[in-house]
Amino acid sequence: MIDVVVDIILLTFLATTSIAIMRMTNLFATVMLFGIFSLLSAGLFVVMDAPDVAFTEAAVGAGISTVLMLATLALVKRPKEPYYDEAPQAHTAWLPLIVVIVTGSALVYGTWDIPNFGSPDAPSQTHVARFYLENSMPDTGVPNTVTAVLASYRGFDTLGEVTVIFTAAVAVLLLIGGKRPKPALKTEDEEAQDEA
Amino acid sequence: MRPNLILHVIAKFVIPLIILFALYVQFHGDFGPGGGFQAGVIFSAAFILYSLVFGLETAEKIIPHHWLRILASLGVVIYAGVGIESLILGSNYLDYTLLGSNQIAGQHLGILLVELGVGITVAAAMLILFFAFAGRGRE
Repeated sequence: MIDVVVDIILLTFLATTSIAIMRMTNLFATVMLFGIFSLLSAGLFVVMDAPDVAFTEAAVGAGISTVLMLATLALVKRPKEPYYDEAPQAHTAWLPLIVVIVTGSALVYGTWDIPNFGSPDAPSQTHVARFYLENSMPDTGVPNTVTAVLASYRGFDTLGEVTVIFTAAVAVLLLIGGKRPKPALKTEDEEAQDEA
Repeated sequence: MRPNLILHVIAKFVIPLIILFALYVQFHGDFGPGGGFQAGVIFSAAFILYSLVFGLETAEKIIPHHWLRILASLGVVIYAGVGIESLILGSNYLDYTLLGSNQIAGQHLGILLVELGVGITVAAAMLILFFAFAGRGRE
């Protein structure tokens, strides 16, 4: 019962935050609201008994990515007045509204066939989950099944993930890391002329 | 950067707690929620908080850039090295059973080392990302 109440409160906050993000024009406020959005999603993951995912969402979504966005905002110059004129509206607001309503109702219709949350005969529970739950403790002696699957059963998968993170760091270093070269004051031809 | 007494005192109080929590998530990941990835991110969050409050130059004195690059590669090497070690011992790649005296001990050691590799790489990679973005504004 308490789960339902917390779910409703969190989802209401999520909807409010996303509407506020859409209507906000101040980039700083938008970044902050994105952080709040991630924190609310982390709360939802806790309610759904997935603390591992909640940890990641809170630390990466609400923490690191907000800081990275702020660091980027500090680099981007923000003029007081927009330097462009608002484009004249080429279409009425009805068309997007209808598209959104049709897509949304199709998605809601799709959820009718999905088994209930935590239902034992859901396809995700009947395939390999049963094997992991029954065998992870005798096989690895690790009570946290998530860790057992992540590091032992699917260790090769996780090695790939770590390599992806390493590659991302290398790519960022190559793109924007290190010192920027100072613009050359004279071209090589001019220097050659000076020396001559 | 103008020094702010409240920020400095609170940050000095909170940063050790964040690092302690990161170590708990890292080494207790077998039993509680969490693991290498989460621990690495929390660990780097402590250093990011430090550099936000005390300035980038001070933070770079604690962890120089070339250290971060070595650490990011070291994590991947630890992870892949555990796999090669199990190959040398005569089992499949990343099959930890032969690392210890029995299956449970081997799996335990393997998972601990692998998660350590994940944590080191993630923490170093996050800090590299942060310093790369934040360092651009100084020039």
